[in-house]
Amino acid sequence: MIAAVEAAVKKPIFGCHMCGQCVLHSTGLTCPMECPKTLRNGPCGGVRPDGRCEVKPEMRCVWVKAVERSRRLPWAHEIHDIRPPVDNRLEGTSSWVNLVTGRDKAAPRGWRV
Amino acid sequence: MSRLEDAIAAGRFVLTAELLTVDTDGVYERFAPYEDYVDAVNATDNTAAHAHASPLAVAIALKQLGMEPVMQLTCRDRNRLALEAEIAGAALHGIENICCLTGDDVTAGDEPEARRVFDLDSIQLLALGRTMMNGAYLSGRRIDPAPRLFLGAVENAGAPPYDYRVDRALKKVRAGARFLQLQVGFRPEQTEVFMREAVEKGLAEQCALIPSICLVRSPGALRFIDANVPGIEVPPEIIERVESAADPEAECFEVACELAEHARSLPGVAGLHLISFRREAGIARLCQRLGIPTRESRAHSRPVAV
Repeated sequence: MIAAVEAAVKKPIFGCHMCGQCVLHSTGLTCPMECPKTLRNGPCGGVRPDGRCEVKPEMRCVWVKAVERSRRLPWAHEIHDIRPPVDNRLEGTSSWVNLVTGRDKAAPRGWRV
Repeated sequence: MSRLEDAIAAGRFVLTAELLTVDTDGVYERFAPYEDYVDAVNATDNTAAHAHASPLAVAIALKQLGMEPVMQLTCRDRNRLALEAEIAGAALHGIENICCLTGDDVTAGDEPEARRVFDLDSIQLLALGRTMMNGAYLSGRRIDPAPRLFLGAVENAGAPPYDYRVDRALKKVRAGARFLQLQVGFRPEQTEVFMREAVEKGLAEQCALIPSICLVRSPGALRFIDANVPGIEVPPEIIERVESAADPEAECFEVACELAEHARSLPGVAGLHLISFRREAGIARLCQRLGIPTRESRAHSRPVAV
């Protein structure tokens, strides 16, 4: 139920892919799962000179937008955080619920940065 | 300690080269023309999303032939389990240098219908490598003995967002990168801007920055790169220059020499990565032209004597 509400709100605004571990806050309110390579830590090296995506030239690179937008936010430095690998089991679940339970912060046990 | 790590730690100018793609034969023939010059050779991982012999297999072959490998590993074709297996497998064969890349998308290759993986990104892959160096898989399960690795990555000074590239490189260093091979660039001013910021922000101090130089033989090859290789732009003035030259092949070589000379002159540059498309002998010629001595001579000379 909550997941359905979250999807209804976030899909039209952010193109949310319901990864269940939302990082919009630290990526300039730009969903990194919109990136065809689902990169969570910045742009790949294939961005076109005009700032468009290597894979989908019809769209601007998600990370070009994320970097630009993050600079306008008071917490701009968060873009430099190293985000851990996605927990694929959370796909389709509500990141709001996972935030409250802390489930979205659980990185793989061996993960150190 | 790998030979590459040793040379970097000693402050010597390093040279690496990219092995032409290998399928079922001919590893030695590909690096023989320049083997005396380079510290290590990159075993590539399905470059431009075209399938070839696996980087681990090629890295083992290089090692058996007496050449130090840099094993490239991309996130495009493997999930985290497969990446861990490759790294452990590399360690099993004494391969230490691992270059972690995101990878060109499958749509850049000749099998665009393939499933892209990208379970990790290049920064997470670096952090995974460091986790393994510390003696554990991602799950926390112990690896004994822990692999000895020398981790690196790639950064592209020539792709937007230009003013974020050094920050991204710093992120790679925080994740474990000790060397960065910069993507081929045909706009020296972009390398210059990147290197200036890299020195200012302390990136050059924390990891070895190695710009790439690409040797081609014809203006057609430059056009091909410009149109087909993601993230590399060849300015039209360079294409026009080689096209209108009396000897286009010689002019291509001149362009590469100028770019190499320029990159080498920039503060903070630790070495060069040389990529030759079907012209391996060009690498040795370029070294001779630039007055870069052989690996042995560099090892016995004073640091940064080049």
